[in-house]
Amino acid sequence: MNKVSKLTPIQKRRQRGAFSLLFLSFASLIGFGILQKNTAPVTYKFVLEKEWIAINEWTLDSRTGSYGFSCAALIFAIWAIFQFRRNKKIQLQSALGGFAILMAFLCWAASGKMIPFTGLLQGALLLSVPLIFGAMAGVLCERSGVINIAIEGQLLAGAFAAGVVASLTQNTTWGLIVAPLAGALISLILAVFAIKFSIDQVILGFVINVLVIGMTNFLYKKLLIPYQNTWNSGPILSPIEIPILSKIPLLGPIFFNQTIIVYLMYLIVAVIHLSLFKTRWGLRTRAVGEHPTAADSVGIKVNNLRFRNVIFAGLVAGLGGAYFTVGAVGAFGKEMTAGKGFIALAALIFGRWSPLGAVMAALLFGFADNLQGILSITGTPIPSEFMLMAPYIATIIAVTGFVGRVRAPAADGIPYNRGGSH
Amino acid sequence: MSVELRGITKSFGALVANDGIDLRVETGEIHAILGENGAGKSTLMNILYGLLSPDSGQILVDEKPIIISEPSDALAAGIGMVHQHFMLIPVFTVAENIVLGHEKVNGFGVLDLEKARSEIARISKEFNFDVDPDAVVETLPVGIQQRVEVIRALIYNAKVLILDEPTAVLTPQETDELLQVMKNLKKQGTSIIFITHKLREVQEAADRITIIRRGKIVGTALPTASQEDLASQMVGRPVDLTMNKSPAKIGKTLLEISNLTVTDSTGRELIHDISLDVHAGEIVAVAGVQGNGQTEFARAILNLEEHVSGSILVDGKDILGETVRGSLHSGIAFIPESRELDGLIGSFSIAENLILDTFDLAPNAKGLLMSPNTVTNEAVKRITEFDIRSQGANELVSSLSGGNKQKVVLARELSRPVKIVVASQPTRGLDVGSIEFVHEKIVQERDAGRAVLLFSTELDEVFALADRIAVMYRGTIIDIVPATISRSDLGLLMAGVKPKVSS
Repeated sequence: MNKVSKLTPIQKRRQRGAFSLLFLSFASLIGFGILQKNTAPVTYKFVLEKEWIAINEWTLDSRTGSYGFSCAALIFAIWAIFQFRRNKKIQLQSALGGFAILMAFLCWAASGKMIPFTGLLQGALLLSVPLIFGAMAGVLCERSGVINIAIEGQLLAGAFAAGVVASLTQNTTWGLIVAPLAGALISLILAVFAIKFSIDQVILGFVINVLVIGMTNFLYKKLLIPYQNTWNSGPILSPIEIPILSKIPLLGPIFFNQTIIVYLMYLIVAVIHLSLFKTRWGLRTRAVGEHPTAADSVGIKVNNLRFRNVIFAGLVAGLGGAYFTVGAVGAFGKEMTAGKGFIALAALIFGRWSPLGAVMAALLFGFADNLQGILSITGTPIPSEFMLMAPYIATIIAVTGFVGRVRAPAADGIPYNRGGSH
Repeated sequence: MSVELRGITKSFGALVANDGIDLRVETGEIHAILGENGAGKSTLMNILYGLLSPDSGQILVDEKPIIISEPSDALAAGIGMVHQHFMLIPVFTVAENIVLGHEKVNGFGVLDLEKARSEIARISKEFNFDVDPDAVVETLPVGIQQRVEVIRALIYNAKVLILDEPTAVLTPQETDELLQVMKNLKKQGTSIIFITHKLREVQEAADRITIIRRGKIVGTALPTASQEDLASQMVGRPVDLTMNKSPAKIGKTLLEISNLTVTDSTGRELIHDISLDVHAGEIVAVAGVQGNGQTEFARAILNLEEHVSGSILVDGKDILGETVRGSLHSGIAFIPESRELDGLIGSFSIAENLILDTFDLAPNAKGLLMSPNTVTNEAVKRITEFDIRSQGANELVSSLSGGNKQKVVLARELSRPVKIVVASQPTRGLDVGSIEFVHEKIVQERDAGRAVLLFSTELDEVFALADRIAVMYRGTIIDIVPATISRSDLGLLMAGVKPKVSS
């Protein structure tokens, strides 16, 4: 049907990606390099704690740095165009180019200042933790065909339960045990109404969120504030240093000196990703999310599987919720999840419903969030309100330019009833 | 293995889909079940396969009664089914689809597709199927997808194979190949239940024929029975299968389509560079296997598609880019592919449906107000004229039968002053009586000097009506041929093969 000269959608997407990278590199060269008046040095600090020292810090002239990294980005952009011409993937080149542009930006923005580079990345990971848990809950639900808007509510319920139980028992472990159960309880509402009674899942998820916010606000006001000492002063988890691994420069303090919740997160992501694509459960989950009638016709109990996956999702999101209280500040705060559940949903879509993709997206959001925080502390030429928008602008650009057509599981959000069409 | 159904009854609300059906299928026979759309064939087979449970009745396999409440029970009993709408996951590979529900895993719980791959290879070789186990299903032609379903049934040792309207989506060549596969399966002792409403296929492949009408078995026949005999049993009255029409009196060009290209929102071409003229007083049939761009072509003529280039001249005036209403009022009658979705509003009355396109024009409206009496009176006239069997002009359209719904569409579209009739699959899902009516109407329109563009996937319909045939394949018209072309040459064209000598 297509003429020979026409590009396939994948090629078009690559073309668009490669050329937008080229454009951004030029913009970076001009904006951060040529128009740059400031030559004060910028310092990157790489050592955070007591890891082995490879390099301590790196100081360079701000303008030279912007020039250097912009030129590097240009080279990667040209490489990406060559790759596109040869009909090959451009992921690596895009990532490298994006990183170079980011560094050029930092050289420009932090001129005369110090950037705690390792700290920036560590903070990014920590801000991503609830997003990753939330996105995994989304993967579990939506891959099997149930839309989960209630991630926010599941996170909040987990945070509340973990905080209160840890406070009452003065034991973080109990908090970690109870949080997933709270998330699962919220999932149970979603599962019963969405699967058994075929209620519209978007409306249902929204209502569940309102319900959880209302419940926790009520209990917070009537219980947690008046009786703060017993009900809302829980202990927090302390980081566990992994021997040797935590000493690796750069990577060590970022990945291997974290609380048990983060290590559980690594495990959960790995298990979900491998299971979804390599096991019987995964094959069946994807099948009921794509074409439930077909799955039913080979003897798979569609609604049972969906029900189970939605409950699993609640367990995962609930555990993620525990991160807000026992994993970070100890005490529960009113509406403390602050929309992270919805950003997790965005990460899920941006990551194209794949667990690893969603993790990458969540990390990107976390990074943009933390960068914004650090730059508003160090002081930059850009107003902090604009910096706050950065993660979302990054999302929009990424979704339109690089991700291309995003395809949800075909039966996502459609209740399954056998014999509905005979 | 033999299968016997005894006294199967199933109703949906007031509708009795199956009424005390007794059926026996012997080992190694091809047993055709013949019946019109809605006669209850699919319901019966879904009961046998465990997708529906009967209100009463019994299923026996090899004389032993068994209970089938889930498809897995049917599979375990050796009953496999190839569904009318394929039960395959489009984004999975062939091998993944085949193991689904019966997955083998290794010691670590990781899926093992090797056995499935070798089984697929073995069966492909045995029946000359040419199926790649690692191909993603949605990239395969429908004929191959159907073979994947057959392979799946065979891998799970189906001894009785149900084929539900298997030829509806196939080209004539693929149909012939499928009939051959059925005969090969039979030689190996597999029993086949073959559901269809196509008489020719029944005569060619079946050993025995059971005819169902309105949920009841009305007779059995042998493949030697004449088509007229089978058809009249199926319909319940004598049927004349030939369409009598006089030679076409060709007039001037009324519809002139040039270089029509339609893309989707991502820029992928759905139809490519179509040019076609239709003259007054002729029927041009667009033939082709379902899904080759016919839907988009028809919609583009009415400006229902968004990304269109080229030109569409109606009696010399380009209407491309007009509103849909403008296109209709330029003189096109449109009978859409799906009357329920696009042709009618089910919760509106017959009278209201008859004025959907002219509700704001005189005499249906005066200024801002509608004139209900005029509307009803007009509707009563149309109901008589088009023989719409109903309880009156205010009956809701959703309660009408398929044939009567289509008559409402015809009555609305043909009652405006039109020059061109665009009819998309106008007889899909209709009973024989309604088909005759629709065909007569279309020929009447032609004889009244209108240009008729008919989209059809049914060869019988194409040959019954067409004066010229345009063949669509993969979004483009690969040839325009006179209606005297042979069935096999047309079949080749529909499969994208141009015969050496084009008549």
